[in-house]
Amino acid sequence: MAASSDRNPPPFPATEDPGAGRADMADGDSDEGEDIFVSNSNNPVAVSRGVSQPDHVNEMPPDLFSEEEANNTTARSNGVHSDDDNDLFAEAHVELSTDKPGSARKELSTSSGTHPASSITQSPAAMQPTSLEQLEDEEAKDSFDVDVAVTNPEKVGDGMNAYVTYKVSTRTSLPMFKSKAFSARRRYSDFLGLYEKLSVKQSLHGCIIPPPPEKSVVGMTKVKVGMDDPSSVEFVERRRAALERYLQRIVSHPLLLQDPDVREFLEREDLPRAVSTQTLSGAGFLKMINKASDAVNKMTIKMNESDTWFEDKFQEVESEEQQLRKLHALVDSLVNHRKELCGNTAIFAKSMAMLGNSEDNTALSRALSQLAEVEDKMEQLHQEQAASDFFIFEELLADYIRLLGAMRGCFDQRMRAWQRWQEAQSTLQKKRESEAKLLWANKPDKLQQAKEEITEWEARVTQYERDFDRIGVTVRKEVLRFEKEKAKDFKSQIIKYLEAMQQSQQRLIKFWEAFLPEAKAIA
Amino acid sequence: MMEEVKEVTPCLSVHGHNIKVTEVLKDRDTLTFLIVSQKLSGTGEYHVDRTYDDFEWLQQQLFFQEDMPGIEGVIFPPLPAKPQVNASAKVIKQLGFLGLGEWQPYCKALEAFLRQVTAHSILSKNKAVEIFLTSSDPPGRQRARKNIFNRLSQAVEEMRKEGHKDVDEFFQTERDHNLVLTGCTKTAAERFLDVVLTEQKIAVASGYFSAALHLCVEPGENPDTQAFSKACVKLSEVFDSMKKNMARVAENNVSTLGLGLDLESRYQEAEKEMLFRRTCKLVELETAKRNAEKAKPVKKAAIALFHSVRVEMLQQALVQWCEKQLCTAKESADQFGQHLQAFRGMAW
Repeated sequence: MAASSDRNPPPFPATEDPGAGRADMADGDSDEGEDIFVSNSNNPVAVSRGVSQPDHVNEMPPDLFSEEEANNTTARSNGVHSDDDNDLFAEAHVELSTDKPGSARKELSTSSGTHPASSITQSPAAMQPTSLEQLEDEEAKDSFDVDVAVTNPEKVGDGMNAYVTYKVSTRTSLPMFKSKAFSARRRYSDFLGLYEKLSVKQSLHGCIIPPPPEKSVVGMTKVKVGMDDPSSVEFVERRRAALERYLQRIVSHPLLLQDPDVREFLEREDLPRAVSTQTLSGAGFLKMINKASDAVNKMTIKMNESDTWFEDKFQEVESEEQQLRKLHALVDSLVNHRKELCGNTAIFAKSMAMLGNSEDNTALSRALSQLAEVEDKMEQLHQEQAASDFFIFEELLADYIRLLGAMRGCFDQRMRAWQRWQEAQSTLQKKRESEAKLLWANKPDKLQQAKEEITEWEARVTQYERDFDRIGVTVRKEVLRFEKEKAKDFKSQIIKYLEAMQQSQQRLIKFWEAFLPEAKAIA
Repeated sequence: MMEEVKEVTPCLSVHGHNIKVTEVLKDRDTLTFLIVSQKLSGTGEYHVDRTYDDFEWLQQQLFFQEDMPGIEGVIFPPLPAKPQVNASAKVIKQLGFLGLGEWQPYCKALEAFLRQVTAHSILSKNKAVEIFLTSSDPPGRQRARKNIFNRLSQAVEEMRKEGHKDVDEFFQTERDHNLVLTGCTKTAAERFLDVVLTEQKIAVASGYFSAALHLCVEPGENPDTQAFSKACVKLSEVFDSMKKNMARVAENNVSTLGLGLDLESRYQEAEKEMLFRRTCKLVELETAKRNAEKAKPVKKAAIALFHSVRVEMLQQALVQWCEKQLCTAKESADQFGQHLQAFRGMAW
C-alpha cells in the first residue's frame, strides 16, 4: 500500500545524482529553495488500506503495512525546481484500494516537495495483484500501489528539431513489474502514443481513458528556441505537471494498470517512436470526440433506451462540461489579474524606492525604502497566489473538462456497440430469409453455404450482444468511479488551496508587523 | 514668520481640526458637499452646503489676500482638481485616487484642505474662511481672478525654462529638490493607483467565480455528486470572502496611502507654486533687493514648517495604512482558517 507522505524513496538503481538531471531552464524562475506552494496540506484522504474495512477510512490496518500514515506536510514545489530524486515520491502518490468500486484517486499533487521521508513500504508478500473480478466486488480484499512521477524536463537537440524529454519514475510493490523502482525517459509524443494505443483497444471500451494534455505549437516553438524565458519555463512546467497527473490517473485505474502497453511505457528502456499522433493537436482531442458523437447522432437505427440511466447521465455530463468550461474561463481571468497585480506591485515598489532615495528626511527616507521592500515581498506573494490559483484550480478544471469529454466518448462507444449488435441482427435476419428462399428454390450446394453463414452470424449476434452488455456495465462502473474520484479530487485541491491562502495571509501579516514600527518611527 | 505678524485674535468661530465633509449630493451635473464644523463656544454645529465653485472662491480669496505680510511665503494648502459627474476617462485619470468610488476619497481630500486652511496661522484669519464655514448662503462665485493667476504661473514657467537661478543657494536647492520629489511622488501615486485598480479587478473576478460556483449544484441522490455540490458551495463562500477581502485591501490602500500620496503630490505642487512666485518676484524686483532680503527669513522658516507638516502627514498616512492592512490581513487569515476547518469537517 502506498506509503503516505514523508518518505524518502531509495535512490533508484540506475539513477543519476540528485540534481544532475536538473534542467537548466529550471533556474529561469525564482528561487532559493523557497517553494512556490508553501502549503502544508494535510492529506486527509486516505482510503482504507484494503482489508475490508471501508468505513474506517483513516485507520491503519496493522498487518499489511509497516509504515504509518503520517499526514502529508510537505511543502511542495510545483516542479519548476526540478527535483532531487530523493523527493520524487514525497507527493506523487497513488493509493489504490479496492474496498470501494474503482480505485482511490491519487493524492493530488504536482511533483515532489523537498521533504525527507521515511523508507518505502515494502511488503510485496502480503499483496496480490487484484483480478478484475475482485474489482467488481464492492468489498474487495486487496490493495496495491504504484507511484508515478514525471520530473526533470530536459531539452534534447537544437533548433526546430529539438524536443523535451521527461523522466518517468515508477515505484511499486506489484510483482507484475520487473523491479520495485525504475525510471525511463520519455518525450511528449510517447505519452500521446500510449493514449492512442489504449483508446483503440476493444477490451478497454467503455473505460474512461484519461486524456493527455494537448499539443501546443506555440508553446513548443518557444521552448525549441530557448528554454530560459519565463513563459517557456511556465509552459514546460505546466506540461510536466499535466503529464504527471495523466500518468497518475492511468495507474490508478485498475484496468489500465493491467494493460501491457502501460507497463511497457513505464518500464521499457527505449520506446519505439509513436508516429500517428497528429490527431491530437490542440483542440484535436475534443474534435475527435465530437465527431464521434455526430456519427452516433446520424445513426439510422435509433437506440431504444430501455434504461433511462444512460440518457440521464449523458445529459448530466453535457451540462457539467458546460459549467466547468465557464468556471475555467473565470479562473483564467482571475489568474491573469493576479499576474497583472504582480507586475504593478513591482513597478510601484520601484517608484517607492526612488521616492525614498530622493527624500531628505532620513527617517522618512528609510521608511519609504522599507515600504519598497515590503512591496517587493508582496509581489512575490502575489506571484505565488497566481500560481496557486492556476495550478490548483485552472488545471484541475481543464483536466475534468477533458475527462468529461472522454466520458462522453464512452457513452458513444456503447451506442456504437449497440449499433453493431443491431446491424448484426439485421444481417442475420437477411441470411435467414435468403436461406428460406434457397430452400424453396431447392439449391442444395448454396444452401450449405447459407447455413454456415447463418451459424456464423448467430455467433456474432451473441458476441455483440454480450459486448454491448459488458460495455454497459463498464460504463456504469466508470461513471460511478469518476464521480467518486471527482469529489475527492476537488475536495483535496480545495483544501490545498485554502492552506496556501492561509499561509500567504500569515506571511502578509508578518510583513505588515515588521513595517509598522518603521512607519511609527518617522516623526 | 512668527516675529513679523502681530498677534491677532483669531476670527474663526469654529474648531478647525474636526471639520467634516460628511456627504456629497449629486444633482445632475453638480456635486454639493455638506460641511459640518463644531462651534468654538458652547455646543452646536454649523451645517453648510457648498459646491466646488465655492471652494474655488475660498481659495482665490486666500491667494489674493494682499494686505497680510508674509503672504508671499505661504505655501497654500492645495485644493483638489474640479470633480466632474460622468467624467471622461481622461479626467478620471487626472483625479487619480480622488476619482475612485462614490467620491468618498474626494470628500476626504476636501476635508483635509479645510483643516489645513483653518490650522494655518495666517490663512485662518482671512474673513473668507469664516464666511465659508458658517454662512448659510453660499459665498459669491467669481471666476474672474482665476485667469490672472494662471497667467502668472505661465510667465513663471517661461522664466524657469530660461533656467533662472535663484540668488540664494538654499532656495535653489529647494527648488531642485522639489522638482525631483514632485516627479517621484506623482509617479508613485500613479503606480499605486494602478495597483489599486488591479486589486479591484481581482475582487470583481473573484465575485464572478463565486457566483458561478454557486450554480454548480447538481441534483442527485448519489453521495459523491452531493459531496461535489457541497464542495462547490463551500468554495463559492471562500471566493466570496476573498472578494470582500480584496475589496477591503483596495479600500484601505485608497483611504490611507493613496490619499496620502495624492495630498503629498499636490502639496509639492503648492510648494512649487510658492517657489515660482518667489522666482517671479526676484526677476521683477531685481533691483529692490530689500524686498527679497526681507522675504528670506520668512520663507525659509515657512519651508521648514512645510516639510515638517508634510513629513508628519506622510507618516500618518503610512502608519494608518499599515495598521489597516494588518487588521484586514488578520481578519482574512482567520476567515481562511475557519473555511479550512469547515471544509475538513464536512461530512462526505
